[in-house]
Amino acid sequence: MKKLSMAIAVSLLTVAGVAQARDNIEIVGSSTVYPFSTMVAENFAKNSGNVAPKVESTGTGGGMKLFCASAGAESPDMTGASRRIKETELADCKKNGITPVEIKMGYDGIAIANSKKAPNFKITRKQLFLALAKTVPVEKDGKVEMIANPYKNWKDIDASLPDEPIEVLGPPPTSGTRDAFVELVMDAGCKEFPSIKALEKTDEKQFKGICGSMREDGKYIEAGENDNLIVQKLDANPKAVGIFGFSFLEQNEDKVKGANVDGVDISFDNIASGKYPVSRPLFLYVKKEHVGSVKGIEEFLAELTSDEAWGDTGYLTEKGMIPMPQDERDSFAEAAKSLKALEAL
Amino acid sequence: MSNATAIVKAGLTKRYARERRFRLFGLVSIVISLSFLAALLITIFAQGLPALRQTYIQLPVNLDPALLAVNASDSPELLQKAKYAKAIEAALIERFPGVTDRKQKMALIRGLLSKSADNELKSQVLANPKLIGSQQNFWFLANDDIDTYIKGNIDRSLPEADRRIKDFQLAWLDDLEAKGQIEKRFNTVFFTSGDSREPEQAGVLGALMGSFYTMFVTLALSFPLAVAAAIYLEEFAPKNNPLVDFIEVNINNLAAVPSIVFGLLGLAVFIQFFGVPRSTPLVGGLVLSLQTLPIIIIAARAALKAVPPSIRQAAYGMGASRMQTVFHHTLPLAMPGILTGTILGMAHALGETAPLLMVGMVAFIMSVPEGITDPATILPVQIYLWSDSPERAFVEKTSAAIIVLLFFLILMNLLAVLLRKKFERRW
Repeated sequence: MKKLSMAIAVSLLTVAGVAQARDNIEIVGSSTVYPFSTMVAENFAKNSGNVAPKVESTGTGGGMKLFCASAGAESPDMTGASRRIKETELADCKKNGITPVEIKMGYDGIAIANSKKAPNFKITRKQLFLALAKTVPVEKDGKVEMIANPYKNWKDIDASLPDEPIEVLGPPPTSGTRDAFVELVMDAGCKEFPSIKALEKTDEKQFKGICGSMREDGKYIEAGENDNLIVQKLDANPKAVGIFGFSFLEQNEDKVKGANVDGVDISFDNIASGKYPVSRPLFLYVKKEHVGSVKGIEEFLAELTSDEAWGDTGYLTEKGMIPMPQDERDSFAEAAKSLKALEAL
Repeated sequence: MSNATAIVKAGLTKRYARERRFRLFGLVSIVISLSFLAALLITIFAQGLPALRQTYIQLPVNLDPALLAVNASDSPELLQKAKYAKAIEAALIERFPGVTDRKQKMALIRGLLSKSADNELKSQVLANPKLIGSQQNFWFLANDDIDTYIKGNIDRSLPEADRRIKDFQLAWLDDLEAKGQIEKRFNTVFFTSGDSREPEQAGVLGALMGSFYTMFVTLALSFPLAVAAAIYLEEFAPKNNPLVDFIEVNINNLAAVPSIVFGLLGLAVFIQFFGVPRSTPLVGGLVLSLQTLPIIIIAARAALKAVPPSIRQAAYGMGASRMQTVFHHTLPLAMPGILTGTILGMAHALGETAPLLMVGMVAFIMSVPEGITDPATILPVQIYLWSDSPERAFVEKTSAAIIVLLFFLILMNLLAVLLRKKFERRW
């Protein structure tokens, strides 16, 4: 026992001394990108015979923090993001001597879904905003006032909506899906009110506060990061509506169905053509400094940008990712090949 | 009758009733907790046991040298690179002629067999290159959707649009079934391979080995340290010394600290300061030993305290030094208690995920780790990752992994019980 603990202490110290070059790629980042980056990692390892990459699911923000922390070999080589890199993050990266290469992987749709047992749901983003925002605008004596969300039933918002109490299961604030939902649905729905839209220019902080705050009176239920759980709860409670990624809708099409948003049904084709409004791009950021010192990065990018992976019928689409149009694919494949540095947003 | 007995008799029925009620409450609480446990075990086993068997499909493959682009006499390197996927594609089209629709063809080539089919064929041919040029029947792993259907988890009576298996696929499967070309076999893949994003190829061996190495590091670090600390505090440290009291209070507090705090500490100290590589059993074991250390110290101290003073006094009487007393008499007698505490502490650490989240062990790692510095994940993390995967077939894998974890926890607890039974002494 004593010898053993000595040996471990010694190995600890030697590890501490050198940050050695790696032969496996390390990827961190968004949990939405994780199912896709792992797929590419697996196929990359099988096809090229390289050591399988390590893929951590840390969330978009957490991934960026790790990615931009240093250019040393102990830092990750790539990070997945379910939104574009932020200006502050890019500045942070540059400060630490990191040149990120930006590659858009494809799109992910966010489904507003309910149980198969319930009637079809047809809703607009404005109505979703009214159902889920913390405060909503109400016209009173010719003036618009913000009041705490009074709606308890879908029917109160619009007569076309079902006569059911509002009950929405969705992601918590830590999730990238929540960020995207706020940006694509809440902000968009919010802007349909001219008085709030005007705020965007005069008082951006207040605008964000009004549009981005979800109600906290129990009508919007934070169901945790696990989308499978939301699907199960919808199946058990046909009155509830859930918000989750398109890949979970595809895998559970016997239990749940997606709502029609702004007149467009959620489907593979409608997301790919950009008609379905609630979809977001997925990105992968690559650390240019590590190309060459970490084995296989270029081959990994070649695998990702191959037609077998992100093409119209590639294996990533089987997992629920929506491919980009051909010309966009070509331009990002070129960026991946030439390792074009992302200078500014 | 005296007055006192009258009072006693009057209250007697009430006292009996009170006791009966108390017993009933006890019984009810036991029944409730047992039924919770039963519900848990039944759901896990009902979902997890089907994962022990996996669907295989038999396919006659023509190992045509022209199709494979190699000959039987070629070197192994060339055989490695032969076009096995092409041979399988041709075999599938031959097996189900008349599939012309583009979408159906895709489903046939991609969706019937597992994506690893070409690798399976490759290893078969590499083992016996003489097969090239002949027609052979091979069994291949079925795709996860097919497997889910065969196990009865997809309802045929649903409308076609609501099923992941469409009508044309059902026709193929019925045909295969009628000809006996589809069967369920013991799922060796699950116990011999690492993680995969394809449910039918995913296994727990990677996580199992990761858990093993992590536990090894934890045990190797925490056991000697904890026992030494316990011996010092119990046998050598001055009594009624404020500093010693302070240390004691802190050890007890440490045992109650939420585990995520140890993870944050591990991230700051081991990874960022000492530069220990992320996601390795080494760093995971270091973090978990921080957590296990106070538990073992407390257990070891209790065990040492339970050794009667007469043993020590007899040793002193025979002229033994304090150290001899401890190592020749007290410690061996306390060992069963210490070991029990250690095993329970380790079992606790085996089920831990929160601190490992911070040190990067929540990760997709395909390869099975071969040492304490290889990237690895552990069983509870593997369960968490699978439960979060969209593919339906991961539901049963999740439960099966829980069964594996439960098995090891029960094994460890059983070991603790046996040790206690075997070495226990009554004074």
